[in-house]
Amino acid sequence: MLRAKIFLNLRNPLIQSSKRSFTITTKLLNNVSVAQTTETNTTKSPWISDDMFTRDIKFIQQIEPLKAYRVMDHTGTVSDPDHDPNLSREEVTKCYKSMVLLHTMDGILYDAQRQGRISFYMTHYGEEAMVGSAAALQPEDVVFGQYREAFMLVYRGFTIDEFVNQCFSNELDYGKGRQMPVHYGSKKLNFQTISSPLGTQIPQASGAAYALKLSGVNACALCFFGEGAASEGDFHAGLNMAATTKSPVIFFCRNNGFAISTPSSEQYKGDGIASRGVGYGIDTIRVDGNDIWAIYNATKTAREMAIKEQKPVLIEAMTYRIGHHSTSDDSTKYRDRKEVEERAQFDNPMTRLRRYMEAKDWWNAQEEEDYRKKVKKEILTSFSAAEKKKKPALKHLFTDVYDELTPNLIRQQKELDELIKKYPDYYNTDAFALK
Amino acid sequence: MLSLKKVVQSSSSLIRRGYAATAQQVNDGIQQGVAYSKLLKRDPEEAFRSPELAHMSASDIETKRMNLFQAVNDAMSIALTTDDKAVVFGEDVSFGGVFRATSGLAEQFGRDRVFNTPLTEQGIAGFAVGMASVGHTAIAEIQFADYIFPAFDQLVNEAAKYRYRSGNQFNVGGLTIRSPSSAVGHGGHYHSQSPEAFFTHCPGLKIVTPRSPIQAKGLLLASIRDRNPVIFFEPKILYRAAVEEVPVGDYELPLGKAEVIKKGTDVTVIGYGSQIYTLENAIQLAEKKLPGLSCELIDLRTILPWDVETVVESVKKTGRLVIAHEAPKTAGVGAEIASTVMEHCFLNLEAPIQRVCGWDTPFPLVFEKFYMPSMIRCFDAIKKVSEY
Repeated sequence: MLRAKIFLNLRNPLIQSSKRSFTITTKLLNNVSVAQTTETNTTKSPWISDDMFTRDIKFIQQIEPLKAYRVMDHTGTVSDPDHDPNLSREEVTKCYKSMVLLHTMDGILYDAQRQGRISFYMTHYGEEAMVGSAAALQPEDVVFGQYREAFMLVYRGFTIDEFVNQCFSNELDYGKGRQMPVHYGSKKLNFQTISSPLGTQIPQASGAAYALKLSGVNACALCFFGEGAASEGDFHAGLNMAATTKSPVIFFCRNNGFAISTPSSEQYKGDGIASRGVGYGIDTIRVDGNDIWAIYNATKTAREMAIKEQKPVLIEAMTYRIGHHSTSDDSTKYRDRKEVEERAQFDNPMTRLRRYMEAKDWWNAQEEEDYRKKVKKEILTSFSAAEKKKKPALKHLFTDVYDELTPNLIRQQKELDELIKKYPDYYNTDAFALK
Repeated sequence: MLSLKKVVQSSSSLIRRGYAATAQQVNDGIQQGVAYSKLLKRDPEEAFRSPELAHMSASDIETKRMNLFQAVNDAMSIALTTDDKAVVFGEDVSFGGVFRATSGLAEQFGRDRVFNTPLTEQGIAGFAVGMASVGHTAIAEIQFADYIFPAFDQLVNEAAKYRYRSGNQFNVGGLTIRSPSSAVGHGGHYHSQSPEAFFTHCPGLKIVTPRSPIQAKGLLLASIRDRNPVIFFEPKILYRAAVEEVPVGDYELPLGKAEVIKKGTDVTVIGYGSQIYTLENAIQLAEKKLPGLSCELIDLRTILPWDVETVVESVKKTGRLVIAHEAPKTAGVGAEIASTVMEHCFLNLEAPIQRVCGWDTPFPLVFEKFYMPSMIRCFDAIKKVSEY
């Protein structure tokens, strides 16, 4: 009953907002095209015309630092209403709830690792606003991530069960218990399985985007990576290949200031990651990574550009990694705890969005408390169910190396079976499913 | 314009230096080199004599004289024709490739499907992985196998593990990396390497090397269509030297299957790629010098996963094994074959297994002749196992 009422109330604003967002997007697109130099598809100047030369000996260090696009400040106030994407209450609530769910799950699974119940975990603290990028995509867009992008899966509907099954490596884990926790993947949700080697997904996303272009589908690839991963050779390879092959991919850099213990000052000397995009001939924007609407607008515009103009776009989102790098890391060894607390207090992406919603009277403390309680309960329920589940069947140690078992693998599987029979005390298989 | 005399002179100096793949040298009556090989099918009827091609229907029995690069080109042309999602790319492939293997393909299939990439091997491999991950067929070229190492991470950590790590949600079965490999007479360090053993240590990949145009076409088509990532090493010395009557039709040769090229009873001799021709000559010499000796010659063809059964069956019969490859000896493919055969054929072995390989040095320029597992070295190994 209540649900139906909300839906009715929202009917009109929904229509209005979609109209409005179109105009904003058009406006943003116009701004972008003005800022960019006209793209030449043909071969560059052959260096024979006089105006290509100068008598000045002038070395270029850097043009002025690129500013970050912001829609909403830390109090949740939108300064220019034209830039408010004006999503419906339903859509905004979905974004906020995704953030809360992720935050709550991070808390529980982080503690679970501390108790030795799962082997590893990585939180998203401080980077929850990235969910704005998920909201700006379509389900057919192919996502390649690094590892701190569970927000994308939450938004696309990966269930709590699916998350915890992966972290517990149980028999319901799609990855069949083969990869470390947080290495999620979902064919259904178009989210390519995460792998640990950094930056490898960047040229892969370019290739996938090229395939989408050849298929003629109305979709793009989106590739996430941190500012540390951008130092890998694959970053260079991926951006250059996407630019030269004109592939519709959005490169999305989460610049959170740290790569484990290495501050960005030791990661690069230039103007962040964004300044590099221009060098590759890629349309680039820097955004406030704690501002969900800045991320949303930039991603939505980037998507339109990538698909319509068939070319890559680079977004650098400036944020701060509030949590430790992972459960194997104690960040107080290399940065001041106070600094972290201040950042978490003063500029928290979740608080920002909550204030935005509270100002519209779309959310209140009671709802906040109720929702947090509800998801906490759901997560704990999933959690204990996942913990009790069997591990995947032992045969999956050997399957999927190739499409079919090779004669060699069949021999080795048999060898292991015989060993298990021979040393049952050493090889207890009770925890593993039979099939 | 060169006078006829000059042409003759210059070509004979090429032969002396061993630059040409057709290098010949009459030695104990053995005419060495691909040009004299009895393994190449120079007659259209011969082309279909293998049981693997017997299935081809009567309408398909047309053949065409092709060298190895033309056979590779033909395979890719068929792959692009039969699969809308197939693309061919790499450095300089658009104008036909530095070895002409992609010539005419861009014109025929369009520059969206046959295109140049920037000069980045990790990028080429990563891009190919990405295309394959969304169900397309990526046929990527690494210009020389010596330059595949920048792509090692993408191939070993990504391509090889894509299916396994995702629990078979995703795979890159449509990925094939082609790369010219092995010695060419004057390639020095970085135009001569045979890096297959680096990859045979990597579960999830398939590694294939053909010995001839017929093999190249059938194995490459099978590699492109196989649902696993395949690295296809093309012995570049054979690109122009090996010429056969190649079936014009669309055919595949099986991966994971070795081929017994010559039956024999006393010694099993194994190799792959261009080494097969050296082994052919070594066997001729051995059988001539040791009357009554009968060698069995096996072309491994697929180096990973390799055909243990065929090899073991042969060694059980002969009791003696010689393995030869150009790559360095230590931890080379020969080491894997030798230890596996030892496990399976311990009671049948009548002599220590011989490995004739490149020395454990970088591939040298002026010393190539002394580095190579040549006919004489292979002959000597056959002699050793026979007389043990």
